[in-house]
Formats: sequence, C-alpha cells, structure tokens
Amino acid sequence: MSNSPLAVHADHAHRDDIGSRMGMWLFLFTELILFGGMFFLYSVYRFTNQEAFHIAAKELNTLVGTFNTAILLTSSLTIVLSIVAIQKNNRKLSIYFQLITVALALGFLVNKFFEWSAKFHHGIYPGGEELLAKSKGEILFFGLYYVMTGLHGLHVIIGMVLISWMTVYTAKGIVNKDNYVKLETAGLYWHLVDIIWIFLFPLFYLIT
Amino acid sequence: MVSDLVDVKNNGSEPSFLKYAGKGRGLKSWIFSVDHKRIGIMYLISTLLFFAVGVTFGFLMRLELFAPGRTIMDPQTYNSIFTLHGVIMIFLFIIPGLPAVFGNFFLPILIGAKDVAFPRINLLSWWLLILGGLMAVTSILLPGGPADTGWTFYIPYSVRTGTNVSLALMAAFVLGFSSILTGINFVTTVHRLRAPGMTWFKMPLFVWSLYATAWIQVLATPIIGITLLLVAVERWFGVGIFDPALGGDPVLFQHLFWIYSHPAVYIMILPAMGVVSEVIPVFARRTIFGYKFIAYSSMAIAVFGSLVWAHHMFTAGMSDTGQFVFSLLTFLVAIPSAIKVFNWTATLYKGSIELHPAMLFALGFIFLFSIGGLTGLFQGTLSVSIQTHDTSFIVAHFHYVMFGGTGFGIFAALHYWWPKMFGKLYNLKAAKISFWFLFIGFNVLYFPMFVMGWLGMPRRYYDYLPEFTTYHRLSTIGSWILITGLIIMFWNLLYAVKRGKVTHEKNLWGGETLEWSVDTPPTLENFNEIPTVTAGPYEYKNNEIENKKVEDVV
Amino acid sequence: MIEKNQMSEEHSHSYGIYILVWLGLMTLTAVTVAVAGINFGALTVATALLVASIKSFLVLKIFMHLNVEQKVFKIFVGAALFFIIVSFVLLFADYSFL
Repeated sequence: MSNSPLAVHADHAHRDDIGSRMGMWLFLFTELILFGGMFFLYSVYRFTNQEAFHIAAKELNTLVGTFNTAILLTSSLTIVLSIVAIQKNNRKLSIYFQLITVALALGFLVNKFFEWSAKFHHGIYPGGEELLAKSKGEILFFGLYYVMTGLHGLHVIIGMVLISWMTVYTAKGIVNKDNYVKLETAGLYWHLVDIIWIFLFPLFYLIT
Repeated sequence: MVSDLVDVKNNGSEPSFLKYAGKGRGLKSWIFSVDHKRIGIMYLISTLLFFAVGVTFGFLMRLELFAPGRTIMDPQTYNSIFTLHGVIMIFLFIIPGLPAVFGNFFLPILIGAKDVAFPRINLLSWWLLILGGLMAVTSILLPGGPADTGWTFYIPYSVRTGTNVSLALMAAFVLGFSSILTGINFVTTVHRLRAPGMTWFKMPLFVWSLYATAWIQVLATPIIGITLLLVAVERWFGVGIFDPALGGDPVLFQHLFWIYSHPAVYIMILPAMGVVSEVIPVFARRTIFGYKFIAYSSMAIAVFGSLVWAHHMFTAGMSDTGQFVFSLLTFLVAIPSAIKVFNWTATLYKGSIELHPAMLFALGFIFLFSIGGLTGLFQGTLSVSIQTHDTSFIVAHFHYVMFGGTGFGIFAALHYWWPKMFGKLYNLKAAKISFWFLFIGFNVLYFPMFVMGWLGMPRRYYDYLPEFTTYHRLSTIGSWILITGLIIMFWNLLYAVKRGKVTHEKNLWGGETLEWSVDTPPTLENFNEIPTVTAGPYEYKNNEIENKKVEDVV
Repeated sequence: MIEKNQMSEEHSHSYGIYILVWLGLMTLTAVTVAVAGINFGALTVATALLVASIKSFLVLKIFMHLNVEQKVFKIFVGAALFFIIVSFVLLFADYSFL
C-alpha cells in the first residue's frame, strides 16, 4: 500500500477482469438502446405505413444484404477464435484472426458503400428529388434506412479501430495468455455490432 | 460501526487529497486528476457555476413577468431564456448535481473503497460535462441566437426554427454521454468494490439511491441520445423522421423524448431522497425506519418510473387506451415514494432531533417534495391533466419536486458534507437563516403558480391577462427572497472554504457511515487499510450522542 | 488485489463449439432468407424476428460467453431487455388502438 504523497492514484495495481467486462456490458446496453430507439421508430412507421414500406424495400438488394450478414457473422466467429488462440498462448494465430475480423469488417463497409452509391445514383437520398416524389411512407423508410445503416456503419468503423488497437497490443504482448480482458471487451463490442445487423437485415431486406 | 473498524489512524504524515501534488502541480493536477474526490470537487464548481447561470435566467424571466406586456425584453428573447433556463438547470445542474458531485466524492468512501471502478472514465465524464456546457454556451453566442424551442425541443418547431437548435441538441447529446459513463462507473463500483462485510443490505441508503439512479442513467439516457441526434440529422440533411411534412409523426417524437425524460426526473430525485435518508437518522439520532423498504423502493421507483412517460402527453393526441394505461401506471409509481415519506417521518418519531442546517433542508425537502409529488398525482388523473397541462400549475409542480425536492436535497448534502470535504467549518447560524429565506422565498415564488395555473395562466407565455398580475407580482417577489437565501447560503459556504475555522474532526455530527471514520479532509486513498464492516449504517443505540463536537464560528 | 479472468479458468478452451455455432448462424440466415420469399403476411415478420432473436441468443450465450459468466451478467441482460420490451409494448399501447 503506497503511502507516498506523490503517488498518482494506483490505477494499475488494481486489476478486476470481471469488473472490466461488466463495464463493457453496461456500455453495450447503451448502444443496444441507442439503436433500440430507432427500431421503435421503424416499428411504428411500419405499422402505420405497411404498403409503402413493402414497396420501398424492393429497392434494396437482398443478395448484398445476405452476403453482408454472412460477412459479419463470420467476423464474430473470427474474433472469438482470436480469444481462444491467445488463451492457448498462440499469439500469431490470435493476431491472424483479429486481422481477418478487421478485413471482413472492411468488406462489409465496401459493400455498403456500393449499395449507398447505387441508391444515390438513382436519386434516392434524403432531400433527393426522386425520393421526395415518392409516398410519405417510402420517404420514411429510406430516412430510417440511411440513418440506421449509417449509424451501424459508424459503429463498424469504431469496432475496426478497437480491434486493430488490440492487434497492436497482442503483437506487443500487452494482451497475452494471462491478461486478455482487453481483447475480450473489444470482442464483446464487436458482437453487439453483429447483433444489431442481425436485426437490421430482415427488417430492411426481407420484407418484400 | 465507527468503533468496529480496523485501524484507520492517520499518523499525520499523509496529506489530504486537497494538498497532494500528483502529476504536476496546480491546475493540471486537478483537471487531469483521476482521484474521485478531486473530480467530485471539479463537478461541484462546474455545476454550481451553471446553477448560477440558470438562476440568473430564472431571475430575468420573473422580472419580465412582473407586469403584463413587455417589461425588460422582447418575446423572442423570452423564449430563448426559458429554453436555456431549462436546458442548463436540467442537464448541467440537476442531473449531474448529486451523483456527480457527492456520488463521486462519497460513493467509494461509503462502501469502503479507494476509488470508483473506472477512474479514468470518471475524469472523461467530467470533461464531457465541460464540453457539453461549452457547446450550450456557444449556442447562445453564435449567430442565429439561442434555441427557442423550450428544453423539450418539440417537433415540428425544432426542425423549422433558425435558431441554434442543432448545437443545443449536440450539447445535450454530449451531456447525456457524460451521464451514461457515470452510471456505468457507479453500477460496476457498487457491484465490485464493496469492502469485506459490506453486504448489499449494509450499504448506506445514499449508495442504494445512487445505484438505482445509475441504472436509469445507463438504460434511459441512450433513448434521448438517439432522439436528439435524429432531430439534428433531420435539420442537417432533411431526412424524413419526425417532420410531418415528410410523413413523420410529431407525437412519436414526444414518446421517444419522454421515454428518457421521465426517468430522468427519477435520476434527479432518487439521490436527493438518498441524502435525506442519510441526514435524518443522524440528526434524529435514530436508526432509519424500514431500511429494506427504502432500499427496495429506490429500485421500484427506477423500474416503475420507466413505465409512465406518456403522462406528459395526455393532451398531445394519444389514443384513449394509451392514456388510460399511462394514467394507471402513474398512480402506481407514487407508492414507493410515499413509502419513503412514511419511513422518514417514522424515523423522526421519538427521535432526539437536532435542527442542524442539513436537517432543516431535509425536513424542507419532505414538505416541499410532498406537495410536488401530490400535485403530480393530481395530474396523473386524466380529467385534471386536461385542465392543467401547459399551465403554470405544471411549472409549480415540477419546481416543487425538482427544486424543493432535489434542490433542497443538494443544499442538505452541501451542509452535511461540506466540512468533511474541505476541513473547514461554516457558520451554522447563517446557514439556518439562509434556509428560512430559501424556504419562504420558494413557497412565495411557486405556490401562486398553482393557483394561477388552475385559473388558466399558460406556461411559457411572455404576456398575460391583467387578472393574473397579482399572482405574478407575488411570485417575482418570492424569487427575490429566494435569491437572497441563495446568496447568504453560498456566501457562507464559500467564505468557510477561504477563511473558515479549520477542523480535522473526523466525525463532526455523530454519523455511523464510513465517511465519518476517515480523515477530514480525506487522504488520497481514503483508507489506510480497507475496513471490514460488521454493522449496519444507522445503528444508534438509545439516541446516544457519540463523538459529537460541533463548533460554531461567529 | 489481483483478480484474474475468473471465468475461462473454469472451462476448457476449444475452437470447436464456436465453429459449430457459426454453422448454426449461417444456416439460420439461409432459413430466414428462404422464408422471406414466402408470403405469410404478419407471420413472415414474426418468423423473421424470431429467427433474428434465436441468432442473437446464440451470439449472446456462446460468442459473448454469457453461458460461463457470473450469474449477475445474465440478470443485467435481463434488466436491459425488460426495459426495451416493456417500453416497446407500452409505446404500442398508444399506436395499436387509435
């Protein structure tokens, strides 16, 4: 116990892995509810504009959506495998799995970029002429589409940054067989990003 | 309980948290500090500064309303002032107030810990408060002028007005994030850092209230985060979300807004109730009546309080079923609050009561909060709400609960813990005088609003019919009495920090919770050794007065 | 006080279970896409949401290790879900009866 008056608060002497994970879970709840608010919006507007939502959803490409879903699910696998790898003291394998996760995430974003570009090209964007000419329900659909997938995409980027950061830590040995809670919490965040997409996918792509 | 502790002797060589140098000296050692006590003090200074600004806006509003027609400002300015008054008071004073100031300072000490679970995130929370505050202030100064939508930002006006609404919305978003991080920190701290022997039902009730509050902060705040963000996005990009011109539903905005903002009022009141639960046993020298009921009711208020939001919307155009459901739930949420009032009162019965300033404010809380709570119930009744919605009646109601409730709770906390935090004594007589100015001023200011609201005076109105003039005059005079009380109170406290009598007395008032066993002011790590707890927090035997030494400075 | 991971020490680490779950998730995705083509009306939405919930449950339980964490984590998740679901139901109390 340090009695030195000059000691900075000893925030590294106290390690609590369960506490770290608990903090991350609580944060994940906030993210879940952040998106939950938009799901509430979606539900009410869908309930009151069923036909328009059905028509609008036809503009989306189910194949691309399904492919993106597969990508994210796989990335959830690879991040958890990276944790198993480090538990088994296999640092290189863990790093490979982390890098694959980031690559998959990037692939997801690239797909998204092409999807959005195609829409923009057709004039379907907020404030765009083509969109404004559509019915109210369709305008709402696309408003929600852009905001929800956009915010989700932002979280994919955040997740990529987090995991890349963990990759650096793993390479440096800061994340290791005896101390890998940082990687676990990054993984938890990534899984949430996946779960949000698990719900976004059917609601936007599968209601035709 | 004090005597049950393992050695907590301070051998005198450890400086208090106010004096150690930490990383670098002076200002940097404070604004980069991860010590929960320093962060608590920084929150104290920040929130009190924002309170002063909020009070000033309130003062100006009351001046304007002294007479019908234009008195000192034009209508546009008035609209902005009541908007800012609300935004500042709610997001920059009342919500952070107790949790971030006294929660930060005392939660770890109360559970026998050296700090919170995530000290660096704690510092980030404070930085976000400052950032959000600066953004709010900037929104006043930039061209376009301050937001004039009311703190509630209702659609469609909030997407149409040209004032700096987006910046205000983003400020609220940042402040919400600050609140969320505090909530995450406190939930984890209570679960993970309690001292050995400190079971859940040995925790002080202030800790229970902070825990319940923290859950609301975590779960409810994100809803307002996304809602306000969406309004900003709608303003910037013309995305159709709430705007009826694009097919959106303004009532849906109100739903989402109040799904947070109603639980938010429980974020405000629960810690204040926690303070009252701490103060009353100490100054009645009796153990709290119904400890478990109070603990459970804190959680119940958090749960039920999340289910009643639409009682803010009875006149907005909801379905009959919706109105009925929410009215019923609103009645239910009054029950746990009532349980607390009964328990506090029962604690006083046959107590050895000392009217210490903290006790005066706690008693004032019970009186004022009861009026506020009851008038809330009145409005839970659908037929009454039709009459009183958007009138001064509502304004009186929420000021009774938020100011008479939480505000007085904050004042009680200030007087209870101030010497422990700073090691300086304030003048007890001046404190009591300030209480009476505040209590009387408060009632003169707000009670007339109940009457004129019932008679039809709308809220947020710049002008009014001549028949309301007397009420408004009375109310404005009340505001002057109240502000006099505020000046006396803060002068007393601040003077004490500068020139008050020094005290190192650990247990000033005879409390039985852990903060009264540590140094005054506490050292960096609070405890020399983490205590092992064996007794509950309010175990007074036969109204004994132990360790009490209160010195007066004239 | 150094508290180590305290979770995974109690169970053996293996890649297998995760790959199995991943296969399950991919299968469920295929199912939900296939079903979407068939028009059951309201039942289609319900099925899609049900499948999504099952997928999420698998991710929560296995990938996110809820199955081996302390009980308090499950209570936490329950509390969060309770808040979301109840808010949703109450919101629709207004919209479904106009």
